[in-house]
Amino acid sequence: MELLLQQVMAGLANGAIYACMALAIVMIFQAIDHLNFAQGEMAMFATFIAWQLMQWGLPYWGAFVISVALSFVAGVLIDRVLFRPVQKAPILSQLVAFIALFSILNSSAGQIWDYTIKSFPTPFGHHPLFGGTLIDTHEAGMIGVTALLLALLYVFFRGTRLGLAMRAAAANPESARLVGIRVGWMTALGWGMAAAIGTVAGILVAPVVFLEPNMMLGVLLYGFAGAVLGGLSSPGGAVLGGFAVGVMENLAGTFIPYVGQELKLTLALVMITVVLMFRPSGLFGRSVVSRV
Amino acid sequence: MTTTIPKDDIAVGAATPARRASMRLGNRNLIVAGLVVVAFIVPLFVTSFVTFQLTEVLIYGLAILGLNLLTGFNGQFSLGHSAFYGIGAYTAAILIHNYEVSYLWTLPAAGVVCFVIGFLFGLPALRLQNLYLALATFALATAMPQILKFHALEGWTGGVQGLVVDQPEAPSFLPISDDQWLYYFTLIVVLVMFLCAESLIHSRTGRAIMAIRDNPIAAAAMGINNSLYKTLTFGMSALYTGIAGALGALAIAYVAPDSFTIFLSISLLVGLIIGGNGSIPGCLFGGLFVLYVPNIANALSTGLAGAIYGVILLLVIFVMPAGAAGFVRLATARLSRRQA
Repeated sequence: MELLLQQVMAGLANGAIYACMALAIVMIFQAIDHLNFAQGEMAMFATFIAWQLMQWGLPYWGAFVISVALSFVAGVLIDRVLFRPVQKAPILSQLVAFIALFSILNSSAGQIWDYTIKSFPTPFGHHPLFGGTLIDTHEAGMIGVTALLLALLYVFFRGTRLGLAMRAAAANPESARLVGIRVGWMTALGWGMAAAIGTVAGILVAPVVFLEPNMMLGVLLYGFAGAVLGGLSSPGGAVLGGFAVGVMENLAGTFIPYVGQELKLTLALVMITVVLMFRPSGLFGRSVVSRV
Repeated sequence: MTTTIPKDDIAVGAATPARRASMRLGNRNLIVAGLVVVAFIVPLFVTSFVTFQLTEVLIYGLAILGLNLLTGFNGQFSLGHSAFYGIGAYTAAILIHNYEVSYLWTLPAAGVVCFVIGFLFGLPALRLQNLYLALATFALATAMPQILKFHALEGWTGGVQGLVVDQPEAPSFLPISDDQWLYYFTLIVVLVMFLCAESLIHSRTGRAIMAIRDNPIAAAAMGINNSLYKTLTFGMSALYTGIAGALGALAIAYVAPDSFTIFLSISLLVGLIIGGNGSIPGCLFGGLFVLYVPNIANALSTGLAGAIYGVILLLVIFVMPAGAAGFVRLATARLSRRQA
């Protein structure tokens, strides 16, 4: 029982990261109807920037804020420079643009900071929380920061005019344009926010998976699994899905011999395929109906 | 989806369309025959390293052709072809290393295994629309190296270490080196596979495959069994890429799990886009590109190959959206117009 609880808590901590990635994926999906295959690499690159800033002597939270802000700007720029011009291009071209971004970021990070594995600091430390063995402080910190982020986003989307405008632009671009919302900029803003959320996830997970150019591949895959499970059209669902796949991953790793530990990515593949087969709209998403 | 423009649409000139068409067809056959002759005599004049590189070009071209059958002609995306390439390579390696099968038999075996796996993976995956299919295949490509390392399969796959494969030796009655033999062997296999693809595309089945790409609903209304054809195309595509993988294992004489990552899929996609989506000869150009550009990139700065790939990809979709084949088509159209 102790082991089960422990694994569930650890799963929730990982799930917090997957939830952030899933949320970032869903935000971009809502804005432009595309899966951002480069989401993980964007987060990885920003995490390297945070690491570099800390190497230059900045305190943890200073580096955190600067790299999140930088990735927000970068996200907006990526949308305006890279994806706006191909907005009307065939779907293959757009997919290729994401893959190109993935390749560029991965390879440049390897070139700038090389492929050796680096440790990444955590401000929370790795002590048992409240003296118990259930969860350590870094895991609690991951869950805490994610919860705070989600609360802020909720307030932003429900309580501010800008949040309302972004929701309108995603739900019905044409009508939104008619009431004077600048849909293009709302999309860019969505990109910026998704990049920033991804960066938070990257910085939080770096102490666990260690810093290296391929660190986000597994996280991204679980982020996708979470987003698909919760439903690509539902931000709240994606967050729940992220937590759910985190718990599933840890339980499978503990209780299924061999498979769970060595085949974590395969587990994500199976989850994605099964959900897409039986419930392509996810648990909370709307199913897409298209007119013929 | 880019649709290929029928060549006759471009023809503007004094000669009757039929005559021009036959002339063009004649020209085209002549060019192809010339290229094949050149391909056969090149290894006699270059070093064995260049011969080896050309072998790799042919192999990549074949793998890209597999992806092209799926993406270019059937309109479905796959980021997972590195997995099929890997399965083909491992099938060949396991047969040679563990069971001492002759290398000639590994190719059909790899083809069959990949066809079956592709078909089975296609069954659920092909109910998925574009992006979801891209997602499922992305997951497949990401998970593949881990599956190959899985320690329950270690007895077969050699785990993280991979497997060493004996390189095919030239038959003693031929006065050529092993590298040259490998090149000729690959060349013949690739030529046969390209001919098969060409006739497949121009058959009734090929038209059904393309009809599904252009308009699935209309295709279904014409009586085409969409899901059957899509799954078959997926299997066929996996078969081509798997045979390329088996040839790759023979050429490199070694397989290891980390050779078949998502980055191999990206390379194949680059080759497809550069060569031209939906162009069969373009695949070989894609193969040339995939082999030589990272070398050039490495010469510029080690390790930046991925970044340069990415930049080139972006340039192509912004500047040359139909790839090299589209570019050539456009250029010939311009030139023939000028002559007329």
